Amino acid sequence: MSENLTPETGPAQPVAPAARQGKTSSRVIEHFVAPLEETPLAAVDKVDDTAAPLSLWADAWRNLRKQPLFIISALLIVLVVVVAVFPQWFASVDPTSCDLANSAEGARSGHPLGFTLQGCDVYSRMIYGTRASLMVGVFTTIGVLIIGGTMGALAGYYGGWLDAILARLGDIFFALPLILGAIVINQLPAFRDNRSVWTVVVALVLFGWPQIARITRGAVLENRNSDFVTASKALGLSRFSALLRHVIPNSLAPIIVVASISLGTFIVAEATLSFLGLGLPQSIMSWGNDISAAQPQVRNNPGVLLWPALALSITVLSFIMLGDALRDALDPKARKR
Amino acid sequence: MVMFTLRRFLQLIPVFIGATLLVYFLVFATPGDPIAALSGGKPMAPAVEAALRAQYNLDQPFWVQYGLYLKNLVTLNLGQTFSGQEVSAVIARAYPVTARLAIMALAFEAIFGIFFGVIAGLRKGKLFDSTVLVASLIVIAVPTFVLGFVLQLVVGVQLGWARPTVSGAAPWNELILPALVLGLVSLAYVIRLTRASISENMNADYVRTATAKGLSRRRVVVVHILRNSLIPVVTFLGADLGALMGGAIVTEGIFNVPGVGNLLYQAILKGESATVVAVVSLLVIVFVVANLVVDLLYAWLDPRIRYV
Repeated sequence: MSENLTPETGPAQPVAPAARQGKTSSRVIEHFVAPLEETPLAAVDKVDDTAAPLSLWADAWRNLRKQPLFIISALLIVLVVVVAVFPQWFASVDPTSCDLANSAEGARSGHPLGFTLQGCDVYSRMIYGTRASLMVGVFTTIGVLIIGGTMGALAGYYGGWLDAILARLGDIFFALPLILGAIVINQLPAFRDNRSVWTVVVALVLFGWPQIARITRGAVLENRNSDFVTASKALGLSRFSALLRHVIPNSLAPIIVVASISLGTFIVAEATLSFLGLGLPQSIMSWGNDISAAQPQVRNNPGVLLWPALALSITVLSFIMLGDALRDALDPKARKR
Repeated sequence: MVMFTLRRFLQLIPVFIGATLLVYFLVFATPGDPIAALSGGKPMAPAVEAALRAQYNLDQPFWVQYGLYLKNLVTLNLGQTFSGQEVSAVIARAYPVTARLAIMALAFEAIFGIFFGVIAGLRKGKLFDSTVLVASLIVIAVPTFVLGFVLQLVVGVQLGWARPTVSGAAPWNELILPALVLGLVSLAYVIRLTRASISENMNADYVRTATAKGLSRRRVVVVHILRNSLIPVVTFLGADLGALMGGAIVTEGIFNVPGVGNLLYQAILKGESATVVAVVSLLVIVFVVANLVVDLLYAWLDPRIRYV
């Protein structure tokens, strides 16, 4: 914007006054006029000013539809979800029917990515491993949203001693890194003996909620003194209903962005825990477990490690890209002009 | 300023106590009887067993144990491992290694992250910017341990540029590769943060004023834009120091670095409560102190920020 106003030949040239005095000079005088964005009157008349203005979400949706980043990531996520729900559509080989005769063999017809050390089909395991990894990501995100969202919203909306206590509580959990906390939790008797998707989810939620709580608190703080909240209270809405019906819906944008990105990081965290032998049990097929199992063979047969890692990375990448696209669309200020 | 530091310091105390209590509780609740494990599962003379339990305070209720632990912590008496070594000695051996690793990773993040972030931010939308953005996304999406294995395989084994694993003394030059792996994910975040911050500040009025004053481009970028863009980056780097120490569990495992991460992982598996709580307490201290330092750095970066 500002560049358009900047003279290209330096600021020393005399501008309009010379022309106004009527002196015809042989020098070429440049006039610096801000470019006019001309809109034909017909186009102005066409705008229906009686229509309801677009909501933030409708506006964001209009913007998103045109973003290649969003289209690619959304398609990838749809693909991953379909693979997770119906793995049998994508792989015809049973991932658990392993034959040691095929141990660490290369690709051949019907087995495009070769075999693991145990003689299992790498491609089939990659497809069937999607479900556990995605489940951990999705359920952890839901849990974090419920706990962190509630804590953050209450702290931001009511403030005072509640805010002080919840903030300190968040600080305590925040001081312990996610992986470290999850490792310690997974060592508890109840967790170690009944390992499943749920134990991993609980461990990650327990140390993952402070981030969402902070974001929610900030967003709620921004909105709680808005005019529309005052108005709703003046109309007789109770304080709590105003929080539920007006403050939270208006604070959702940043929360959704962070949740989308966190979903990716939780999938990585699950893989890291499984890699350390503290995540999902061996009986559950997951990318993390497969990467972990392939690790001793990485120097001889790196493909077995790289394929599940690739599937995991693409999934995580699509959630991060979705978050980025949502951030651009939901924040009109940051949008490209 | 002094008052602010003091008050922030006092605020750290509940966080510290809460975090250590949390970890102490979790480790305390861990199954397995370490005293029974000492005798290899064979029956032990009751008198010996009772003496051992009393020695490690295992005969006391939880709150008393925790109270005794805190008291000892303040006097820097961290207790003994179950094999009879002083925990403080074990940590003193492992800690410098991890500190070296984390400092190298942090320096790597700060230098390359800010450098690439500034260039990308100044050339928003150009080829360099898009390349850096895509590369940083890929680095974030690939798990650290996969990056670690691939780099270990390619750089360490196939190319032979670095030792694939670290020797016992863990000198600086052997830690370059592990530090690179440890800092890579955060590097991507630093680049993205710096880029966003720079491109936001580029159109600020003070930048136009500085340019109009006739300052060189270099001075405008380094003194005016960069300094004003650094606050979110410094915040991230401060919080990251703690995360790096924790993240060292994975990296140290891959490269066989004899540091705190390895120590902690082994201690958790063995149920060495004294070591686990001591190491985690140390990590929490590093985390909160790093955040305090960041708070104090704000005033240097932006003189408008005053502490009262």
